[in-house]
Amino acid sequence: MTRGWRKLLPLLALLLGAADVRPTQDYLSPEIRAAQEDPSRHPGWLWVEEGEALWGRGEPSCAACHGNIAGMAGVAARYPLVATDGALLDLEGRIERCRTQHQGESAFGRESEPLLALAAAIALQSRGMPVAVATDGPAAAFLEEGRHFYETRQGQLNLSCGQCHDNNAGRRLRGDVISNGLGTGYPAYRLEWNTMGSLHRRLRACSLGVRAEQFPLGSREYLTLELFLASRANGLPVEAPGLRR
Amino acid sequence: MTTLSRRAVLAVPLAAAAVPGSAAEDFAAATSAILAGRIPAEEGITLEIPPLSENGNSVDLSVRVNSPMTAENHITAIHILAEKNPIPLVATFSLTPRAGRAEVATRIRLATSQTIVAIAETSQGAVHRAAREVIVVLGACVETG
Amino acid sequence: MQPVPITARITLPPSAQRGEVVTVRVLVRHPMERAVDAPGLTPVPRKILHTLRVTYSGEEVFRMALSPGIAANPYLEFTTIATDTGDLVFTWEEDGGTIYRREARLVVT
Ligand code: HEC
Ligand code: HEC
Repeated sequence: MTRGWRKLLPLLALLLGAADVRPTQDYLSPEIRAAQEDPSRHPGWLWVEEGEALWGRGEPSCAACHGNIAGMAGVAARYPLVATDGALLDLEGRIERCRTQHQGESAFGRESEPLLALAAAIALQSRGMPVAVATDGPAAAFLEEGRHFYETRQGQLNLSCGQCHDNNAGRRLRGDVISNGLGTGYPAYRLEWNTMGSLHRRLRACSLGVRAEQFPLGSREYLTLELFLASRANGLPVEAPGLRR
Repeated sequence: MTTLSRRAVLAVPLAAAAVPGSAAEDFAAATSAILAGRIPAEEGITLEIPPLSENGNSVDLSVRVNSPMTAENHITAIHILAEKNPIPLVATFSLTPRAGRAEVATRIRLATSQTIVAIAETSQGAVHRAAREVIVVLGACVETG
Repeated sequence: MQPVPITARITLPPSAQRGEVVTVRVLVRHPMERAVDAPGLTPVPRKILHTLRVTYSGEEVFRMALSPGIAANPYLEFTTIATDTGDLVFTWEEDGGTIYRREARLVVT
């Protein structure tokens, strides 16, 4: 897309009255965006490397059932999704199921290093592919829950997610450029964290930012919210593993 | 400016907590230990660092020194100093003629807005110095609120 | 002490010509923990990688002294003249004496 065309987009969106949801990479500083694209300078690749090693471990290993990790291309783009038993699973939840049900091991645990490493390595296989989460059928009810969460004013600051991520996207807030609040870059390496972290960890920070209740990692609230964020991102590229400030 | 640096300090509470209260003295001491009485040339060396950093946890920095990098005349060391960091001498790179060029890059932590200094020493005993001012800002929605 | 493997990404050109100056990029997995010694906080000793040595076909070509002022998961870029096909051996020394090691092969044509 040319520069001029991109400049016109917000105007077009205004004319159409549509929310303009753009890839998060468009909001990153040039330095961070460049490093996100460069495996030799993106610390997230250290987790990818560990995830690829873990893929070959365990009894049976992930590879024993799934083959080469490259076969996971497109998988992350479809998560979260509703499993056959009706549960809403994000990618981490899906991995934990294989870990407990297919490998007979105890769960890695949310935000644990091996889980982040595997999620990063699997998500990387979908990098650049368009997000394609199902929003109909059994997902519809979860999606509505997530939408409700997103649109409700919360916390002492009495702000909804959209008041920042739709109405003020592109504006600066204490040195950050507000993006459309998508989960497409997660798990991501954040400089503030000095490490890799999940989308749910990021969401907890946004809840705290408006002085609202922080929900546990993997909670129903954040899972349904993640689904709604992913529906907003449908068609936009997966950026994981992202690099964030 | 005052609020900026206060916020930046909050961004790196551990680094700030470790400040012995005499960073300026430590910086002067570290600098004079390297210079050892020599007067640095303020040329022939390029220090690149963004003037405004989005996060003090990780700031990209590169140093390039003009040098033939021959056995007789090469850069032996490049030092990075951060005036207001609890430990002002951030890194020292030791080079040999086998480097081919005197060019290094790394990522550093900055406790607050301050001056960053690069000093290069040559095999002939000369020193070169470059300095840059950097402003460090803290982002929104951080986990500490 | 026996060197221990460590997660690192070493980026070299796929091959280089003899005499060419190549850029070496290194990312290594380490939290670079600063010492915590302040009222109200549990004291934590410093634990960082304090030295990196790089040899090329057995000869030291680069060394770096790191402080707690180096970012977590340290990143580094330096150059070296391609001489012969051989291994670049990276050894990091951590506070407490543990030595970590990684190798990368530079192919020279
Ligand atoms: C014993 C075989 C087995 C092992 C071992 C196994 N899986 Fe699975 N995995 C499956 C099956 C079967 C499915 C399909 C869903 C189901 O029925 O559970 C699946 C589904 C998945 C999916 C979702 C794929 C999709 O298209 O939605 C991911 C991701 C995944 N596994 C990751 C892993 C990881 C990571 C490991 C190693 C920690 C692992 N699996 C180990 C059998 C296995
Ligand atoms: C006061 C404004 C504000 C509110 C309200 C807010 N956020 Fe954010 N959010 C930010 C800022 C600033 C960032 C960091 C810059 C960015 O990535 O947008 C951010 C980051 C994010 C990110 C990470 C994007 C990325 O790629 O790193 C997500 C996801 C997100 N917010 C979702 C939400 C959700 C969901 C809500 C509602 C529960 C919410 N935010 C409420 C300001 C806000």
